[in-house]
Amino acid sequence: MLAALAAPKGGGAGGNGPPRGRPKAARAFVSFPRPGATDMLYREAGQFKTTYAADTAMFPILQDRIGFVALLLVAFVAVPILASPYLFSAILIPFLILSLAAIGLNILTGYAGQLSLGAAAFMAVGAFASYNFVLRIPGIPLLLAFAGGGVMAAAVGLVFGLPSLRIRGFYLAVATLAAQFFILWALTKIGWFTNYNASGVITAQQIVILGRAFDTPQEKYLLVLAIVTAMAFAAKNMGRGNIGRQWMAIRDMDVAAEVIGIRPMRAKLLAFAVSSFYCGVAGALFAYAYLGTVEPEAYNLDLSFRILFMIIIGGVGTVLGSFLGSAFIVILPIALNMLVTWLDGTLHLNVASSAASNVELMVFGGLIIFFLIVEPHGLARIWQIAKEKLRLWPFPH
Amino acid sequence: MVQFFFEVLIGGLLSGVMYSLVALGFVLIYKASGVFNFAQGSLVFFAALTFVGLQEHGFSFGLALLATLVVMVIVGLAIERMVLRPLVNQPPISLFMATIGLSFFIEGLAQLLWGANVRGLDLGLQDEPIQWINDTVGMNISKFDLAAAGIAAVLVTGLGLFFSRTRIGRALRAVADDHQAALAVGIPLQQIWGIVWAVAGFVALVTGMLWGARNGVQFALTFVALKALPVLILGGFESVQGAIVGGLIIGASEKLAEVFLGPYVGGGIEGWFPYVLALLFLLVRPEGLFGEKIIRRI
Amino acid sequence: MKAWLAGVLGLALLAGATACGAQNEQFIPILSYRVGPYAAGGSGYFGGAIDYFTLVNMNGGINGVKLVWEECETEYNAARGVECYERLKTRHGGATTVDPLSTGIAYGLFERAANDKIPMTTNGYGLAISADGRVFPWVFPLGTTYWDQAAAMVAFLGQKVGGDANLKGKKIAFLYHDSAYGKEPIPVLDALAAQKGFELTKIALIPPGNTQESQWLQVRQLRPDYVILWGYGVMNPTALKTAAKFGFPRDHIIGVWWAGSEEDVIPAGDAAKGYITAAFSAHGTNFPVMQDIQKKVYGAGKGNLEDKARMGSIYHTRGVTYGIMIVEAIRTAQNKYGKGKVMTPEQVRWGLEHLDLSEARLKELGASGLFPPVKTSCLDHEGSGMVKFEQWDGKQFHNLTPFMAGDRALVRKMVEDGANKYASEKKISPRDCGKEG
Repeated sequence: MLAALAAPKGGGAGGNGPPRGRPKAARAFVSFPRPGATDMLYREAGQFKTTYAADTAMFPILQDRIGFVALLLVAFVAVPILASPYLFSAILIPFLILSLAAIGLNILTGYAGQLSLGAAAFMAVGAFASYNFVLRIPGIPLLLAFAGGGVMAAAVGLVFGLPSLRIRGFYLAVATLAAQFFILWALTKIGWFTNYNASGVITAQQIVILGRAFDTPQEKYLLVLAIVTAMAFAAKNMGRGNIGRQWMAIRDMDVAAEVIGIRPMRAKLLAFAVSSFYCGVAGALFAYAYLGTVEPEAYNLDLSFRILFMIIIGGVGTVLGSFLGSAFIVILPIALNMLVTWLDGTLHLNVASSAASNVELMVFGGLIIFFLIVEPHGLARIWQIAKEKLRLWPFPH
Repeated sequence: MVQFFFEVLIGGLLSGVMYSLVALGFVLIYKASGVFNFAQGSLVFFAALTFVGLQEHGFSFGLALLATLVVMVIVGLAIERMVLRPLVNQPPISLFMATIGLSFFIEGLAQLLWGANVRGLDLGLQDEPIQWINDTVGMNISKFDLAAAGIAAVLVTGLGLFFSRTRIGRALRAVADDHQAALAVGIPLQQIWGIVWAVAGFVALVTGMLWGARNGVQFALTFVALKALPVLILGGFESVQGAIVGGLIIGASEKLAEVFLGPYVGGGIEGWFPYVLALLFLLVRPEGLFGEKIIRRI
Repeated sequence: MKAWLAGVLGLALLAGATACGAQNEQFIPILSYRVGPYAAGGSGYFGGAIDYFTLVNMNGGINGVKLVWEECETEYNAARGVECYERLKTRHGGATTVDPLSTGIAYGLFERAANDKIPMTTNGYGLAISADGRVFPWVFPLGTTYWDQAAAMVAFLGQKVGGDANLKGKKIAFLYHDSAYGKEPIPVLDALAAQKGFELTKIALIPPGNTQESQWLQVRQLRPDYVILWGYGVMNPTALKTAAKFGFPRDHIIGVWWAGSEEDVIPAGDAAKGYITAAFSAHGTNFPVMQDIQKKVYGAGKGNLEDKARMGSIYHTRGVTYGIMIVEAIRTAQNKYGKGKVMTPEQVRWGLEHLDLSEARLKELGASGLFPPVKTSCLDHEGSGMVKFEQWDGKQFHNLTPFMAGDRALVRKMVEDGANKYASEKKISPRDCGKEG
């Protein structure tokens, strides 16, 4: 059947220069007959842009824009009303906070290609720095303290990122482990960071912003959601901009990047700094809005590995991948635990508790391997493929 | 004071040998297949646990050793076949992550099969100071450490001979050098990788037995992998001599730093000192002492 | 992701629907760890607790109220512990009391449990200053805290050298796990060192503690008279073996009770002979309650330990001790608020605060000698403060002393000072114990 072109509604016809007002995308529709049907099914042939601004939009596809707004509405409005306190405290808040850390690591490892195993250490720096800012500067706005924590983490990240100018690959990864161990040691040993607290329990101060206390899980969730959304936007824009392209050039082939004029030192150090800033803010949120205590042991090597898992499984180099990976890693152990408990209860298998825990561990490891084999580019790629297929359905390509 | 310094130095060198053993397992696999096998620590744990588990079921020492060797070879081949082969052309980081996932799997499997009880491993070597050394020079050097050093020396020599004198060893070196070229001359890549993983399993067994005899066979054995990483950086990921030399340097410097520098900063620097040392070293030699120079081309 | 969540929620609801049957049940969430580096201890301890709960249920429950429990794997990780707590606290009608057996998780739960009004017990670990019930109404470090244990160790060493006066001038090395757990007793040890005149040297052992040559070389150079070992997990056997390697006599090493179990000494083999450790509960199967568990619980095949040979091991009896204390607290609550009724967490908190496990009552329970009598009050959430010392001879632990205490007055003063400081930092006003019941 012939394609019918629908004329763009409104917008610039005539020759009075570039169209003013909101540019509209042109849509083309393709139709095809189904056997025995009398009406037509219209599928889009693409969403074509007529202005540069529209072309470089963050969500060029209309469905994406609608979906995203819907997601934001659900996250900001529906979830706080409907979800239970358990969902907030145990699933949503850690999911969001770890997504932020994963975005941070994605900037470093995904965009700039510098493999790093020290993300949790930078989170620890952010948490302790925020704690000390609030402690020692009375009356400081909490958000400023969080940002300060991020800046301190960025500074530390800059220092530990210096070796990346000489070292690459797995050597760099193991070198970042130096950051992980050293930072945790310093935070434990140097009493000033913990305010010489003999008992060892540093409880994070109450979250008070503009005079309003954020105590309930719901409020904490909204605060974390706001911060994470803003920073995720920033990260996405960074990735689409000049600096993001510089990072990707360094990642792909840094010798060539240097040849065409990108300064590797500047780009790499900036990657470390920005990544550590994100991790630092995430660490501060982890302490204030989730755990409630500020202790170095919560930011151990295990957490670094978990964040790395998140970006690999979610999709390296994508912001969406950070969220998907974080959801996977946060929910999977809980789901496995619940599944085993439920199976044990309903089927009365009487599984020994140790066996259950070990099986959980095995399934976790096995699923990671499975995902890496099946989709090495991660969940974000699966989503991307799904989106394309949906747009084209019922056509195969 | 000088005597104490030497005692610390020798103690450090000997413990460095133990680190080299762990690093050897990493080196073997990285050399042949370019995979940084994070699961080596879990393999060490699995090997030690299988050994003592079989002993508990009544196997004699020799029989348990043989059986565990067979098990480790099978495990190595299985890993190569089921985890690495499907991931063959993926970027190194995916392979690395896969080995981390593998390490969780093996840890869970080991404890599922053999339980979480802590067991001792008796090799017949006492971890006691050799009396006549103590009498003559006043230093405490343990029999066990010397024996471990001896075993490591034998292992390294054996592996060295294997790589340089045998046909398979040559094939391994060819594969390590360039996969495509090796394929072009007709070397069966999959077989070679299988053999490498089996040999790595054997090294894991020896390591597991020595470390298990020292610390007891328990989950914390998996953390020995973290001790080996600075050794690998220092010595280079692909070099067997690098693993030994790196181990000695890391072991000695770590102990010396902890004993002589530690008290000034509150102690506990042993956890990060080897990493920072290796990092500083890398700034001078980015591929490690004996590592292959990475030539970057456009 | 949302579909995932919905599916998981559905499963959870289903699980809740099928599992939550009878209403006449007291729910105790068990935040356990059975994988990871401390799994050996964890499986013994939680196994013991579950065994005792099973026994109580077999004997008809607490005045007819049955106990129900659910385990959640925390892997000794603070974030997972918090998640487990949040998940379990509303199940089966609501959690009664919780004990995570981990300092890290306990720290994460302090304020949460207080906000949720669920009493938390930190049986033999945790924050020593929480013994002051006026500042910590919802935390119970039952039995003995680390501070009292450290004081008792010094008292024991005083006995060993023939009197406290002889401690003057002696050298004691304190080898500790480099974490909050390891650093906890330092204030008390420092205070006692100043008071009694011994020289205290603190040497940090780096977790997990696989290699300790440098630390024991320092010990060798120092040549202390005694070493106090405050480790956990693989750190302990490694310490003993390394001590042997450098020729330090093991009968001059006193270990904390988390460094003194079969799991700690057996891997060290012969190197552990002579090692002395503190304990807040006895071990073995010689107690009527343990024999009951063996006959009734394991006899019916409902025992929780997979390896029956571990029955009566130190961690197992420690778990049973915890079980007894909790059950008695619930019973005490029932005596006041209604026998045969399910107790709310607040009522159990009252029970924990008015626990009176006297020698006579322990005898009735068949646990005479298993642990010392425990009597809590609003002021004192600890209840006992006593430890005993045992020595490993290569095959088992032998008693060296009866249950004894150290300088409790000094410790109590430090506890109150610390609690007051905590209260002023957190702007909590301490309760007035005189006014309450």
